Amino acid sequence: MDVYEVFRQERKGQAFQHAGSFRAPDQRFAEMYAREFYGRRGESVALWIVPRDAIQPIEEFVDELNRNYHRVDGYSLKEKLREARARVSS
Amino acid sequence: MSRADLLLPLADDELLLGWRNSEWTGIAPFLEEDVAFSSIAQNEIGHARALYQLVADELGGTADELAFDRSPGEYRCAPLVQLRLPDWADTIARHYLYEVADTIRIESLKGSADAAIAGLAAKIDREEAYHRMHAEMWLERLLATEDSRARLRAALATIWPSALGLLDGELRDRFRERTRDLELDAGTVAVERGEQTGELEELWEEMTMVRRSAPAGAAW
Repeated sequence: MDVYEVFRQERKGQAFQHAGSFRAPDQRFAEMYAREFYGRRGESVALWIVPRDAIQPIEEFVDELNRNYHRVDGYSLKEKLREARARVSS
Repeated sequence: MSRADLLLPLADDELLLGWRNSEWTGIAPFLEEDVAFSSIAQNEIGHARALYQLVADELGGTADELAFDRSPGEYRCAPLVQLRLPDWADTIARHYLYEVADTIRIESLKGSADAAIAGLAAKIDREEAYHRMHAEMWLERLLATEDSRARLRAALATIWPSALGLLDGELRDRFRERTRDLELDAGTVAVERGEQTGELEELWEEMTMVRRSAPAGAAW
């Protein structure tokens, strides 16, 4: 059996979020089970059903030279905010 | 025909089948199917409840009284739904044949002159669409490999006489017509309603046990 990942949309216009996964013999069973597990209680307005094999994972992020300015923790935002506030109020 | 005569056989079929299908809860072939099949069982019991309510509106009393306070001999369900089927191929054979028969029955009720009955039949029909899809998927799946095909074929042949007993007259002819692709024996004699299987009594004991053991006037 194949594993399927399901994404659900709670209200129209909202982003889809990962809901969970299950096994199913084929795509039609997957649709049946997705409706059952993630749609029956009116908790979703739309579902995406994706075979896990169709997902390309990326799990390694190389940063050999420690270029921390690429990262959110590379800056001390607190300090910059304090300076900006001081400029505005002066 | 009174509502009771028209709807009680159907309501009893749905209640009993819901009970029999719920016996797979926890032991279905795999977890996902366990949830899906249990949900179908629940839906059938829900349909039974709505049908009992329509009958109760006419006769007086409540849906619960109709469902649980009759003696086993007073139930009008077909022998098919009484059978305890601990084999998945048998269960799928019954599930499929029941859904085909039920579709024919519901179609005919949708044309009822009683607006309440026609309305409920239309509602049930919309939910049954998923049951039909589920039954068809399993039928195709079990027909796909040699071993499972042989088991399903044997199961269909065993179940067929009691499945025929779900409908009578013109509706039964339609049932034979719509199952022609399965090449079931055309000369089969139906096991009719009222011919008890002996398995109803045991199921009734279990199904009504809590209600019978509760003190009179207990509220839930």
